[in-house]
Amino acid sequence: MQISTRRYDKTTIFDLSGDIDFANSPEVRQSLLREIRENRTPHVVVNLSQVRYIDSSGVASLVEGLKASRDLGSRFGLFGLSTAARETLQLSRLIKVFEVHENEEQALAS
Amino acid sequence: MLALYSNPRLLSAVRGAVERLTETLGFTAVQCRSITSAVDEAVSNIVRHSYGNRLDQPIAMYFRSTQRRHRGEVQHGLEILLCDRGPEVDASKLKGRPLEEIRPGGLGMHLIHQAMDSVEFTRKGPTNRLRLVKYLTPANNAS
Repeated sequence: MQISTRRYDKTTIFDLSGDIDFANSPEVRQSLLREIRENRTPHVVVNLSQVRYIDSSGVASLVEGLKASRDLGSRFGLFGLSTAARETLQLSRLIKVFEVHENEEQALAS
Repeated sequence: MLALYSNPRLLSAVRGAVERLTETLGFTAVQCRSITSAVDEAVSNIVRHSYGNRLDQPIAMYFRSTQRRHRGEVQHGLEILLCDRGPEVDASKLKGRPLEEIRPGGLGMHLIHQAMDSVEFTRKGPTNRLRLVKYLTPANNAS
């Protein structure tokens, strides 16, 4: 699993790739929460297009990011959901709680 | 049979093995992914809850074909048995939480139940045994 970030004005994009599972989801959680709570970035979006697999602990990390953003009045969204990511979010019925965009352009324009 | 230690870094190898096996048995792509996810979640639960994140504890996985008679027809399927030597698990906590709550955690058991036709937990001597079964649908059988 790899995490990289890009910044555009007031938005930070997290590009995640590979498999997100119990072994590495704490790293995802830590990176997201640092950006939201310590850097106070107003808008965080997560690119899931290169995520081959995400387990419940990975979904939980995204939920924690969402909740931290709501607590601070900032925004948190997802885009480019891979098939695997979409299926897991749908099965957990959490897809509707996230701001989900088709692609990066839409996420940045929102 | 697959024997491994309770190290989360081995989860990707488990997923690879289960994905290949389910493909070979003729499950659909969606079913292959969901069964693989169920096994991944089950092993993660063993590491986290049964072994308290210790990395060197034994986990054994047994795979075998099974069948049942369903609506007058024989359905073939895959039975997966996961065994660990951790403390006895409270079976009432293996149902998953209500999904109306928007909070992290507690989703793993829900994903397991969603993916599998049968989820049974038993304790036999010093061993926790989680039995997961998924049957091929008639469309799978035809192919």
